Amino acid sequence: MASDPHSQGHSHDHDAHAAISHDEAPGYYEIMETAVRELLMAKGFITANDIRHQIEVLDSRTPALGAAVVARAWTDPAFKSRLLADGRAGCEELGITFYDDTQLIVLENSESVHNLIVCTLCSCYPRPVLGLPPDWYKLKPYRARAVIEPRKVLAEFGTIIPDDVEVRVSDSTAVIRYLVLPRRPAGTEDWTEQDLAGLVTRDAMIGVIPVTLNDRGMK
Amino acid sequence: MNTPALSAVRPALFERPSFAVGDRVRVSQRAPIGHYRVPIYLRGIAGVVARIIEPAFVDNEEEGYGRNAGSKRYYYRVAFAMTDLWNGYTGSPNDELQIEIIESWLEQI
Repeated sequence: MASDPHSQGHSHDHDAHAAISHDEAPGYYEIMETAVRELLMAKGFITANDIRHQIEVLDSRTPALGAAVVARAWTDPAFKSRLLADGRAGCEELGITFYDDTQLIVLENSESVHNLIVCTLCSCYPRPVLGLPPDWYKLKPYRARAVIEPRKVLAEFGTIIPDDVEVRVSDSTAVIRYLVLPRRPAGTEDWTEQDLAGLVTRDAMIGVIPVTLNDRGMK
Repeated sequence: MNTPALSAVRPALFERPSFAVGDRVRVSQRAPIGHYRVPIYLRGIAGVVARIIEPAFVDNEEEGYGRNAGSKRYYYRVAFAMTDLWNGYTGSPNDELQIEIIESWLEQI
């Protein structure tokens, strides 16, 4: 399908096809996707309804799912230890399925370690729990710089990590996806799980910002 | 209980992980043609096995060519010091990169 992560980064800048890509007509990869899809349907491997259903699956995945996982981990220590031992099994406990058959490692931020996730090769992302990645996550500047100068990238998001805190970048390349478990902000000790979930943003679960009590997050 | 049969079980090649947590390993310095899942910036760099990813998975480089059977190998989460990856790295010397790499790309040091 057009959303195949491995086609990202290849679908632009094709000089030989520039005339097409600047037109209203479909581009090279879009035509290829249509051709493959129609062939698979003609051969009876998939149906139009299978594709429609899969789009529904993708649309049902949003950062709110990841936020629910984080809030549960903050409020249930036994769940948190299961989640850190096996991220996928922890999410599956909450009913989040892994339709793409990836595994999940949950990376816990602490006083001494700040985690950041990236996919340098394409746009691997924990879609089952966060939905579609933001555009900047798929673009080359973030993908290259997150591994070369992560502290500068973080600073551009307004996140300054002290020198005595390790920055740990996880590059997802194969069958594993990563989700950052941010630190729970101080002053939320008596908050409900649901209110806590409302604080947790997509960017915090990628690791580019911490979870903070700002106006947007106040209950 | 005397169960000599159990202690005599011999696993097949690649059925068990070849590396253990804490092992020092080096990413192979190879440049295959076609689909690969090990970024070039890691080739030839030494790191430490941080975690064995269970269970073994199909080698997705092989899978890219439709070969799904018989190519299961272990993936490892390997930690590299940023200062080993980049000349003149400007962050803290404690900063590191972790990445999952399939066994066929790793060499024992």
